[in-house]
Amino acid sequence: MNSLKIIWSIVMKDLRVEWRNRETLASMCVFGLLIIFLFNFAFETAHEETLRLLPAVLWVAIAFAGVLGFNRAFASERENACMEGMTLAPVDPSMIFVGKMVANLLFLGIAEVVMAFAAALWFNFSFLPALGQLILIAFFGTLGYAALGTIFGAIAANTRMREVMLTVLQFPIAFWILIFSIDATGNAMRGNPDGNWLGGVGRVGGISLVFTVTSFLLFEYVLEE
Amino acid sequence: MPPADHIAKPSLQVRNVTKFFGDLAALKDVTLGISCGESALLYGPNGAGKTTLMRMLASLARPSSGEVLFGGRNIEQDGASAKSAIGFVSHATFLYGELTVRENLKFFGSLFGLTHLEKRIDAALEMFDMREREDVFARDLSRGLQQRASLARAFLHNPDFVILDEPFTGLDHQSVKKLSDLLQRLPEQGKALLFSTHDFEQGAAIASRLIALKVGRVRYNGPLHSAPFERLGIVRASG
Repeated sequence: MNSLKIIWSIVMKDLRVEWRNRETLASMCVFGLLIIFLFNFAFETAHEETLRLLPAVLWVAIAFAGVLGFNRAFASERENACMEGMTLAPVDPSMIFVGKMVANLLFLGIAEVVMAFAAALWFNFSFLPALGQLILIAFFGTLGYAALGTIFGAIAANTRMREVMLTVLQFPIAFWILIFSIDATGNAMRGNPDGNWLGGVGRVGGISLVFTVTSFLLFEYVLEE
Repeated sequence: MPPADHIAKPSLQVRNVTKFFGDLAALKDVTLGISCGESALLYGPNGAGKTTLMRMLASLARPSSGEVLFGGRNIEQDGASAKSAIGFVSHATFLYGELTVRENLKFFGSLFGLTHLEKRIDAALEMFDMREREDVFARDLSRGLQQRASLARAFLHNPDFVILDEPFTGLDHQSVKKLSDLLQRLPEQGKALLFSTHDFEQGAAIASRLIALKVGRVRYNGPLHSAPFERLGIVRASG
């Protein structure tokens, strides 16, 4: 119960900070929309090509928008050494991880909704027939990606080239989540021609849970000097 | 030099602690402790290892070798009890600029799992004359006011061990006087105080014990009144 209160406090603190400065979410949405718009402008796609292209476009936009958000998530913690301030409290470091990850998940989730609306409009494509599956894929894909973003964001925050370091550290590992998510999203959008929608969702969910649990267990060591 | 551990039953201790930053040894085989009811001034020139030692006692830094003990137990094995009992003020304020003073205290209070949090916040704000500025964003406060808010954060959970690294930084004369009075009263309340300041006389007016550090080693650890000031290179204003 106490752990839930701590996680809630951290999430609410991050939401409040974001509400006050409106930096993270705005930059994530604008950057994501720009990527989708550029791809739409570059490739005037017919329906079949949209089915092939759109999953990758969406997940690339999510990946880059996410990096912006994860960098910002630790900017306020870096200022005045607030992360150290949190570790002065008798709090399990993994609770700090969960709190920060949930906040990142929320920000990225909101940005994804905005990006999905824009993609539906610009690519003239309806996600509604496979909405349930797509929500599941997006949730699990975002969960794993946010978990990696949180732990690597915390690592990168202590380095000099933090903006570059986060991308360099995170992408080689997040690659697997992105590949599985793109594949599962494409299948769902095509109406699962192989008839096995659960397999795609399962792969994304499985790898995301592995990365989330691993990040949860390792976060304690990241907070150490 | 008197034995480092001359005071009985210290509750917060470092034992044979060495700390390296790369090849540089910030602390070399340091053994000392502080117990409730004591007030100790940690004094030394820049680079003596004061901040490193205090960060280690506050469990923000790990020793390269040796151990930090709280109530006789290694702090790494029982970190939560130690953290609940320690209030720490550092060079950094640990305050979120986008939150007000009250919101900052509320957040840190919730991490400590404090009950009657609003009352505690009121008391901490009162203690450091911050009631009128409780709704001001931390980023809009002057350095001195941020320091007072930081002190309020450190005292919020009524810690038994108060560790203050340069607590007078940025404070005006009136605030310095008020903080000095407050710190002087801590040992009477059964609390332990360890603090550093570069103004020796200011520190000597508060502390009963002196811990003198130089290039990472303890040069003196004992009663302040009988310290060999000349040998330690401390020139007292009163002569």
